[in-house]
Amino acid sequence: MIELRGISRVYEVGDRPVHALRDVDLGIPSGDYVAVMGPSGSGKSTLLNILGCLDRPTSGTYTLDGEDVTGLDESAISKIRRHKIGFVFQSFHLIPRLTAAANIELPMVFAGVERTERTRRVRKAIEAMGLEDRADHRPAQLSAGQMQRVAIGRSIVMGPSILLADEPTGNLDTATGEEVVQLLERMNEGGLTLIVVTHDPRIGERAARRILLRDGVIAEDRVKEKRR
Amino acid sequence: MSAADLLKFAAGSFRGHRLRTALSLVGVGIGVAAVVLLTSLGEGARLYVSGEFLTLGSNLLIVVPGKTETTGAFPVFGGVPRDLTLDDALALERGIPAVRKMAPIIIGTARARVEGKSREITVAGTTAEFLGVRNLTLRSGQYLPDGDVGRGQRVCVIGAKVESELFEGRNPLGETMRVGGTRYRVIGVMAPRGESIGFDMDEMIHVPVSQSMKMFNRSGLFRIFLEVRFPRQMEHAERRIIEILKERHGGVEDVTVLTQDAVLTAFNRILRILTAALGGIAAVSLSVAGIGIMNVMLVAVTERTSEVGLLKALGVTRGQILGVFLVEAAMMSTLGGLLGLGVGFAGLAVARDVLPDFPLQPPVWAVYGGLAVAIGVGVVFGAIPARRASGLDPVLALRKRRR
Repeated sequence: MIELRGISRVYEVGDRPVHALRDVDLGIPSGDYVAVMGPSGSGKSTLLNILGCLDRPTSGTYTLDGEDVTGLDESAISKIRRHKIGFVFQSFHLIPRLTAAANIELPMVFAGVERTERTRRVRKAIEAMGLEDRADHRPAQLSAGQMQRVAIGRSIVMGPSILLADEPTGNLDTATGEEVVQLLERMNEGGLTLIVVTHDPRIGERAARRILLRDGVIAEDRVKEKRR
Repeated sequence: MSAADLLKFAAGSFRGHRLRTALSLVGVGIGVAAVVLLTSLGEGARLYVSGEFLTLGSNLLIVVPGKTETTGAFPVFGGVPRDLTLDDALALERGIPAVRKMAPIIIGTARARVEGKSREITVAGTTAEFLGVRNLTLRSGQYLPDGDVGRGQRVCVIGAKVESELFEGRNPLGETMRVGGTRYRVIGVMAPRGESIGFDMDEMIHVPVSQSMKMFNRSGLFRIFLEVRFPRQMEHAERRIIEILKERHGGVEDVTVLTQDAVLTAFNRILRILTAALGGIAAVSLSVAGIGIMNVMLVAVTERTSEVGLLKALGVTRGQILGVFLVEAAMMSTLGGLLGLGVGFAGLAVARDVLPDFPLQPPVWAVYGGLAVAIGVGVVFGAIPARRASGLDPVLALRKRRR
């Protein structure tokens, strides 16, 4: 359950303040499927970074599962990211020297998950992503679609409640993009809250809810009736 | 996160820039190898000198003319100290019951001639007791005869090298040789001994002390060696020597008494300081190596900015990121340090072949200290890059494109 109240984010660019988000109120119930759309510079990424606790709002409060995370210190914020939030990026952000399996394992290594449990969860994620024959390959040996599947596998191994995807199909062709979106949707069907920032109107059409940002303000918030 | 996982993750990152890592390792390695080699030289010098003085024996007192202690004050009467005479030596022997053996010695050089051949040799004028006092051994014949030290016979005992060079395989016993214009009968040959406190014993001949006084027209002794029965008598004997000689020299304390302990202590102190100084100089090169490590780590942080952003997004804490980069730097310097130890010890093995008589051996503190400084250098110089990495803003770090 996500609650944003009066969220603003102001950057100082040179001596001029830039308002990336202005007084945004937004509630996203658990298990929702939200597409965040809008032109470049509309504040999509800023919204996603705030939702993912990578960035802090200049003002306003962010309540996640009943806990106000706006005032938490850095190590508490790290724990929130570790346990509640999974990220999928446009450019995958895999570590090139690690194999697919090791990339998926990475969050658990730093979270101190015990070794046998790690192995078990990695195997499960690899099966879920259909990467059984690619587990020992390094990113350079994988196709873009495979890399994004590894990244999705990595985003879910810690069992988060929210999956944040920033242009997940931006570097993929249509067919593999479609596969990746289906994978993300399957995670959503499993109960994860899925929030996708995208330019792609087709994904916008598929999402249960579409939020359109313009100049840091929610210009449109439309729920698709027939899916939910 | 377990320590093993941290090490594994940090070690994996070296794969990306092998050459740079290797060069940094070499930098640290050279530093540690320099510590090992230089301190070995210092320590070797100390052991060598100690070994030389240990052959003196712990019951030995050496009386040297002149007050050579550097306590500051000059002797009250100034000027040249009085000679140590044979009578002084005899007075000491008589006056101190603890003295078991006494040997005066005069050292000089003279030309020795046997038939057609001649050479400069060192002549030691001494008495029969010298053999025991200095733990010398004869190879053949006998040593200088006992008897009245004031009236020595014209006999000599020759060193091994003197024998081989002047007699060339002939048996020298009973032969005569001319030393400084006087004929001496060879009565003994010393066993080879090598160099000992500055004199090559093998190139020396021994003659009765009274003979050498005539040869060099000199009554002043070079040294008086005194051996007491037990080491605990040393202090008393030393006091008595000074008392007796002061009385005989008109109330002036113009001699120095050396003991093995005192000499060893002084040399050990000087050479330990030297060794520490050499180690310190080598340690400076380690800090230079540390700057190399810092450079590699700074480049690594820049290159892996987006990786750091990713780690932050995955919920890796600031402290863990700091740890990853510090461990990388420490691993690099530790590996470099171990490499340096390897190179250092290999270098020592080679040097031992070249200088077999010189006891090259690094002091224990230098081995552990060198390694510890290397690791410390890695941590200290890794700290700035690690702090930079851990303080990166995740949003900006993630935005940075991977090269």
